[in-house]
Amino acid sequence: MAKITFIQPDGSSQTVDADIGLTVMEAAKLNNVEGIEAECGGACACATCHVYVDDAWRAATGKPSDMEEDMLDFAFDVRESSRLSCQMKITAAIDGLVVRVPAKQF
Amino acid sequence: MTAANENAELIETDVVIIGAGPCGLFAVFELGLLDLKCHVVDILGRAGGQCAELYPEKPIYDVPALPVVTGQELTDRLMEQIKPFGPEFHFDERIDELTREADGRFRLVSDQGTVFLTKVVVIAAGGGSFTPKRPPLDGIENYEGSSVFYSVRKIESMRGRDVVVIGGGDSALDWTLSLQPVAKSLTLIHRRDEFRAAPHSVEKMRALVAEGKVRLAIGQVTALQGDGKNLQSVTLKTGTGEETLPCDAMLPFFGLTMKLGPVANWGLNLNENLVPVDTERFETSEKGIFAIGDINSYPGKLKLILSGFHEAALMAQAASRIVNPDKKVLFQYTTSSSSLQKKLGVK
Repeated sequence: MAKITFIQPDGSSQTVDADIGLTVMEAAKLNNVEGIEAECGGACACATCHVYVDDAWRAATGKPSDMEEDMLDFAFDVRESSRLSCQMKITAAIDGLVVRVPAKQF
Repeated sequence: MTAANENAELIETDVVIIGAGPCGLFAVFELGLLDLKCHVVDILGRAGGQCAELYPEKPIYDVPALPVVTGQELTDRLMEQIKPFGPEFHFDERIDELTREADGRFRLVSDQGTVFLTKVVVIAAGGGSFTPKRPPLDGIENYEGSSVFYSVRKIESMRGRDVVVIGGGDSALDWTLSLQPVAKSLTLIHRRDEFRAAPHSVEKMRALVAEGKVRLAIGQVTALQGDGKNLQSVTLKTGTGEETLPCDAMLPFFGLTMKLGPVANWGLNLNENLVPVDTERFETSEKGIFAIGDINSYPGKLKLILSGFHEAALMAQAASRIVNPDKKVLFQYTTSSSSLQKKLGVK
């Protein structure tokens, strides 16, 4: 188990317990986190599970792959900390991860 | 009625299938075995639906008897499987209107003006119509059609305008190259200095930038300014700051998303953007209109391709009874029935 915290644009936050091996997107969907749409179901094909990784966790979560970087072109208001949550596997190393949900996924 | 409709051909058929994804395609097969003739309409330019649009190269592992198959392979195999039934495809078209005629048939009108008269309608529209993503910029909907465009029908309409194209894929690059000669100015905005588009398009674009004919800006549009109908400028945010860029035509290319679309206007019962059906016929609240695949809902529904295939088979039995009410349908297997094999062209 790992704890993942999702912070909404209005500042409210939700911390969920997620199984190691799931993706951050799956953890969000399982817990009905608002603002994570994941229209394509996790195929890295729609960019509607976009999140901003908290600065403290950027090193631990690593960088997007080329495919993810390409798909981020379809997200809005992409920043240095942008990731697609379907491409972030939950490991013990990111227990406590904090991500922010963008104001709009499109 | 628009001028396009008056000139349009009228197509009479047994079944119109809305959506050429895997379930729509397999419906052609099951309906074909029962001698029903199908027309298939899809908003995309080719068959395959989400399989072809979202994950053509990604593997699918849960189609029975195919341990692994890509979205494109599955589409290609289905197209081969339904070939004997000669379905007619209408790509790049969206069914906008559905009404019932006095004789009980349905009249369907597409956005291209094609009119269908059909005894049965099968909605196999998956997640809905693929539509261009609208950037969440305040007031953008007011400018759509006048200053904001997701496609351009006439290049001439862009003559003398300050054009801003946003994106880094083929659409963005293709429109940059084709609009530059007529535009007063053309700025291509992309969030990074890397492009997914075909390399030769990227080279051409970079050459135009070097000649000073196109401006390439690495950044994002964060706000629109105009009178609420016509755009005057956009705010461009780059790594170094913000600037106001004159713009009276903006073309954002952020890919496609799925919206339920016109299905919502056809008087069917809906539940959370899905179409409830029974699990014997997969018929909607309207007799003769069926819904199969991801777009339907019923207790226990799973959005799996294999569920859609099952739904197509049962729907076809019910559709056959509507089209040929007096015909007795004998249940047969393709393995042993010589009449089915004849239809498949294997005997």
